Amino acid sequence: MTDNAWIAAALTAARPQAVSALLRYFRNLDTAEEAFQEASLRAIRTWPDKGPPRDTVAWLIFVGRNSGVDALRKTRHNVALPPEDVLSDTGDAEAEMAERLDGEHYRDDILRLLFVCCHPDLPANQQIALALRVVAGVPLRQVARAFLVSETAMEQRLTRAKARIAAHTVSFDPPDAHARLERLGTVAVMLYLVFNEGYSRGHSDPAAARLCEEAIRLTRLLLRLFPTEPEVMGLCALMLLQHARHTARTDEAGQIVLLENQNRRLWNAAMIAEGRALVEKALRHGTVGTYQVQAAIAAQHARADHADATDWAAIDRLYQSLEVIQPSPVVTLNRAVAVSKWRGPAAAMALITPLAGDLDGYFYFHGVRGGLLLQLGDDAAAREAFNRAIALASTPAEAAHIRAHLDRLGDVPRLAAAIAVQ
Amino acid sequence: MLYAVLCYNDENAVSAWTQEEDDACMVRLAQVEDGMKAKGKMGPVARLLPTTSATTLRKTSGEPLIIDGPFAETKEQFLGFYIADCDSLDEAIAFAKDLAKANPGLGGYEIRPLALYHPSEIGG
Repeated sequence: MTDNAWIAAALTAARPQAVSALLRYFRNLDTAEEAFQEASLRAIRTWPDKGPPRDTVAWLIFVGRNSGVDALRKTRHNVALPPEDVLSDTGDAEAEMAERLDGEHYRDDILRLLFVCCHPDLPANQQIALALRVVAGVPLRQVARAFLVSETAMEQRLTRAKARIAAHTVSFDPPDAHARLERLGTVAVMLYLVFNEGYSRGHSDPAAARLCEEAIRLTRLLLRLFPTEPEVMGLCALMLLQHARHTARTDEAGQIVLLENQNRRLWNAAMIAEGRALVEKALRHGTVGTYQVQAAIAAQHARADHADATDWAAIDRLYQSLEVIQPSPVVTLNRAVAVSKWRGPAAAMALITPLAGDLDGYFYFHGVRGGLLLQLGDDAAAREAFNRAIALASTPAEAAHIRAHLDRLGDVPRLAAAIAVQ
Repeated sequence: MLYAVLCYNDENAVSAWTQEEDDACMVRLAQVEDGMKAKGKMGPVARLLPTTSATTLRKTSGEPLIIDGPFAETKEQFLGFYIADCDSLDEAIAFAKDLAKANPGLGGYEIRPLALYHPSEIGG
């Protein structure tokens, strides 16, 4: 890797730590971001000649803080300076800074920055955009593209989000154990949303795949900060195991390929290995959570060499435990797919019939129901369910997939029901 | 004489590579490996999964401690490694426990899953 590429990767990697430490000093997101930007520019100018510093993050924080203080002093007539004890705390050298980075400070700084981005007053799409832009440093152009809006619109959206955050005080005191766990949970949900945003649109859309990659990168960062939290392991594993199938989920024509028909050689073996290792580590803790169970389900799919080798009884059991920790009709619908595989369509039908009221507006419900009806030999009812599914499809690929079922109706005696499992 | 070459790099920076950058790096490494392969001098090659996937068995005077994360005891030196094909983390831990019993003194074992593994072309 060339020097420039190495520096770019080092800056990307250092960003969450540096920006969050700078946020603690300046207590203002814009100032922290600008200070990091300035430090990055200086890094690009000086590192190629002098070589990178021993501790790149500490260097960036140190330089960023000095340039931020300078900038604030220049505009002090307009802007109130942070409290003197914050500003005057500049005596520490790089070594001391590095030491502090290793401690709780650094961990809580990043957690705070992520937590600020998922402020409850912000709608989910603003939380995601803010995290991508501020924490991950994804260029504005790419964030805008990911949300299918213009750069100007995205810039306005981010400005509004930051203003909203600035109007509310965020505690800069280190959180106690309970508050930390609560923040961690909130942050995990936000990272999961970033991933899902990419995954649900991920059919051959490179911008969507990028969202998944960023979500994985941020979750790995969180896991490095909290290496013994089983739910963070579970979340990271879940993302890796799902994203490992990314290239196999669509065919060359952009059509959906069901899990059971995917070319498993296209699955990313390294991601699957890492995901499975993390699930096993997490489950040893004996404190089960929803991410761990979902990851364990994904791991069951990943470990099967071919679709017929899938242990559907094990998947059914995992969905049953998910029904206990997080009851929801969608969970039961997914369980029904597993049930249909090892106990047959009638048992699955019995499970989903009571969900008709809750899931009437849900694409997958009608898709799964159509598939089950077909297996039960009720072609007319199946056709009706598939038509309802097409009307509810949110992407052309989803609609096309159901249409393919309709086209084959009558010709093929037994069709896949696993529309929810892809 | 067999030589082990142990790879060190900044994990934060490596995990910030895009998939394309990572792929490109693997292609360049494979070219170097090919040169050694052509001479029949290439042994097993492994890429360790991130430190977050590691589990450590730490020897104590009684039952060993099983802890999350990589081995981080700088007083002790890295003296050797095994590669074992285990079906589960539990099996790998059991293997490490047996090694710990057979090996005098304290120390520990880091159990780190591998992503890539090219079987040895020499030795055996």
